Amino acid sequence: MRPDNATALVTGASKGIGAAIARALAADGWKVAVNYRSDPEGAEAVVKAIEEAGGTAKAIQADVSNGDSKALLKQVEEELGGPVLALVNNAGVARDNIALQLSDEDWDVVIGTNLSPAFRLTRDALRGMIKARYGRIVNIASVVGPRANAGQSNYAAAKAGLIGMTKTIAAEVARRGVTVNAVAPGFIATDMTADLATDEIVKVIPARRQGTPEEVAAAVRFLASDDAGYVTGTTLYVDGGMSA
Amino acid sequence: MATITEENVQKTVFEALPQFGVDESQITREATFEDLDVDSLDLAELSQIIEDEYGVALKGDDVGKIKTVGDAIDLVVQKGS
Repeated sequence: MRPDNATALVTGASKGIGAAIARALAADGWKVAVNYRSDPEGAEAVVKAIEEAGGTAKAIQADVSNGDSKALLKQVEEELGGPVLALVNNAGVARDNIALQLSDEDWDVVIGTNLSPAFRLTRDALRGMIKARYGRIVNIASVVGPRANAGQSNYAAAKAGLIGMTKTIAAEVARRGVTVNAVAPGFIATDMTADLATDEIVKVIPARRQGTPEEVAAAVRFLASDDAGYVTGTTLYVDGGMSA
Repeated sequence: MATITEENVQKTVFEALPQFGVDESQITREATFEDLDVDSLDLAELSQIIEDEYGVALKGDDVGKIKTVGDAIDLVVQKGS
């Protein structure tokens, strides 16, 4: 059973999929730290929505790519008043280009934002989770990584890396009551996909439509729940059948 | 923080090991972690318990050299003095 006072940290939660995840976890009884980097208004709007629905949340500013994951976890625990027993590594950026044209900087930014912080936060959050014999880690991956998407070698490497990391850390900590899973969204209606040719892309999706952030959040909510205690090391695709 | 003495550290270690499923009657200074079926995750958690109690951080390299329960106790005492 989830311990009282359990707090969930969702990175990159001021908008899009992260915001929907924060709201879904709050609706499921988690106290939620709504992490954001540069959009305080967005984060505060998420907090307000959670509070109006009867939940508890706080906006916490931190750039997860800067490496100070211990300080972020400490701040979350102090401000929310409970141990971080759910961690959703959602923060991500895209810097697209075909490999021939991709700069070192764009490679490094994507790996340094989408993959490395997820490892550091996971490692540091595991301490408290192992102590509590309870923890839920959900890494937001992508259909891109397990499958190709020309122009996104950096993004694909980071997301495939998240899935590999998920499986291995899941195996390391499973017997302490800590689960580690990934959710792999497909083509979801967010700012990140707003500039893409939606009509063309949905033609190759079996469901023939974009997904919503709420549909991704529902998968995370399940994986973070007590009901999912025996689910670990897996990747749940929320992609309208794209990877089928 | 608790004071680092051999007696205190031994007490902490002996009390921690049963949390990992070790039979109390098997715990001696001479027992090897391999014989006690204490693996790398257990040792990592033992390191955390020691760090929380005494403020002594055992790194991966340190833990790799430890063979027996006594080795672990001696290492903490040595690093803390």
